[in-house]
Amino acid sequence: MKCQYCDKPATFHITELTEPDGPQVLHLCEQHARNVLQKGEPTPVSSVAGALAKQLQLGQTKEELRKLDQKECPVCGITFFEFRNSGRLGCPLDYDFFEADLKPLLLNIHDSLEHTGKRPTRAAATADSQADLIRLRKEMEAAVDREEYEKASELRDQINAIQGEPKRRGNA
Amino acid sequence: MREETDLSVLVKNSGEWLRGTGPESDIVISSRIRLARNLAGFPFIRKCSPEDREKIERQVRTRLENLPDWDEIPYVDIATLSEVDRQFLVERQLISREIADSEGSRAVAIDPSEQYSVMINEEDHLRIQVMHSGLDLVSAWEQIDRIDDAIEGEVLYAFHNKFGYLTACPTNVGTGLRVSVMLHLPGLVITQQIEKVFRSMQRINVTVRGLYGEGSQYTGDFYQVSNQVTLGHTEKELLEMVGQEVVPRIIDYERKAREFLIDKGQQDLHDDVSRALGILSTARKISSEETMHYLSKVRMGVNLGLIDDVQLATINKLFIHTQPAHLQKLHGRVLTTSDRNVERASYLQRHLCGPSGRADELN
Repeated sequence: MKCQYCDKPATFHITELTEPDGPQVLHLCEQHARNVLQKGEPTPVSSVAGALAKQLQLGQTKEELRKLDQKECPVCGITFFEFRNSGRLGCPLDYDFFEADLKPLLLNIHDSLEHTGKRPTRAAATADSQADLIRLRKEMEAAVDREEYEKASELRDQINAIQGEPKRRGNA
Repeated sequence: MREETDLSVLVKNSGEWLRGTGPESDIVISSRIRLARNLAGFPFIRKCSPEDREKIERQVRTRLENLPDWDEIPYVDIATLSEVDRQFLVERQLISREIADSEGSRAVAIDPSEQYSVMINEEDHLRIQVMHSGLDLVSAWEQIDRIDDAIEGEVLYAFHNKFGYLTACPTNVGTGLRVSVMLHLPGLVITQQIEKVFRSMQRINVTVRGLYGEGSQYTGDFYQVSNQVTLGHTEKELLEMVGQEVVPRIIDYERKAREFLIDKGQQDLHDDVSRALGILSTARKISSEETMHYLSKVRMGVNLGLIDDVQLATINKLFIHTQPAHLQKLHGRVLTTSDRNVERASYLQRHLCGPSGRADELN
């Protein structure tokens, strides 16, 4: 038997027990088996893609989906289409920007929309100030590229002001 | 922190989690907890420029250096490592395959006893991992919680009042917590009960992955049980689900399967595990798959008292030390597959035979 991904003989026969439709059997060569096994966790792309596929089949027309795919985060520039394909978001602000679109997905994956666990003891920056930080960093890089060092230094001060000083603990 | 690109110190030792002790260690190899965290004010890795990645790495490194007792923590710049060294850290479970294979600025801080490691610029800016031997989730959680608090005192995490800790992938959002217990289940595999057991587990929000599942000619019989959801439950609830509800039930099934095998035909079982030890002790060349297959049998034989002169810790270590990158690091040079098979057989012989007996601890 040949490997499912190449022409080498399949020496590994792996049964994935995580598929909702029952066990999925993979026949792989040593190299491809290694790639699959060493990920250690189910690939988020496949779980996100699966949940999204279910979600999008329910209620959305092609036209609505086309529009949603074009939606683009103003801070990191990721489109919903890019997210759908990669399973990864572009920046923390995406959770606010795509909130309405992500909610059904989060419900599908976690069956919940509300974090009930641990919280950081330091007040998290507001969504706006976090967006500002990302923008200011981009501007600072651009200023350095243009060799406008005075401008870059002003921007750095603004970044530091938003970030605040880290809290000191113990003898650190 | 110490700059550490020479991994030879790690090669000679073995992580604490392989010592073969801890609760239920005849069946549970290790308990691993990881937390995914991101810094506020930076894009997630996918949208990071190379400069962003460097800044994150520098910033985290500087802040980690501020932590008490972190002066002696080796800090490894993954981008500068050779392929064999990266593979070595993956085999050792200190870094993920993803961070080993990615590009750009990335690093890992490794506790010398290998109980914890902090990856920088993996799928998330920070991946904190704690690994203990046996079923030991509560103390693993206490340790990782302390590390997380200490790091959080130094950096500002991306956190959302409603959605919790924000992660690049929505499958990790909320607690960012993944609890994974690695189980050795040869009894359930031999009695062909494994699939039935895990089918029943799928309804309770855990993921089970067969590392070398049944149906395979060569199987290590290892299975990893992890929580599926990360949002909507407290960390304690997730730990309890895996560590108190799911894993003890699987352990119970495995014990019953082993008892059944002994009752049914101890001679056959004894013969099978002894032959496995015989092959491992005398082969002149052996592949890693075959090694996994026979080590798995020997491990069960040790646990059932059918083999009494090999230590569990030795077997646990051999699973890792006979992997390709480990063999090459131990040998001190790059080896072809064929050379590795010879070196692996020789390594197994040295540790399972010899004048000082099989009970020898690995160095």
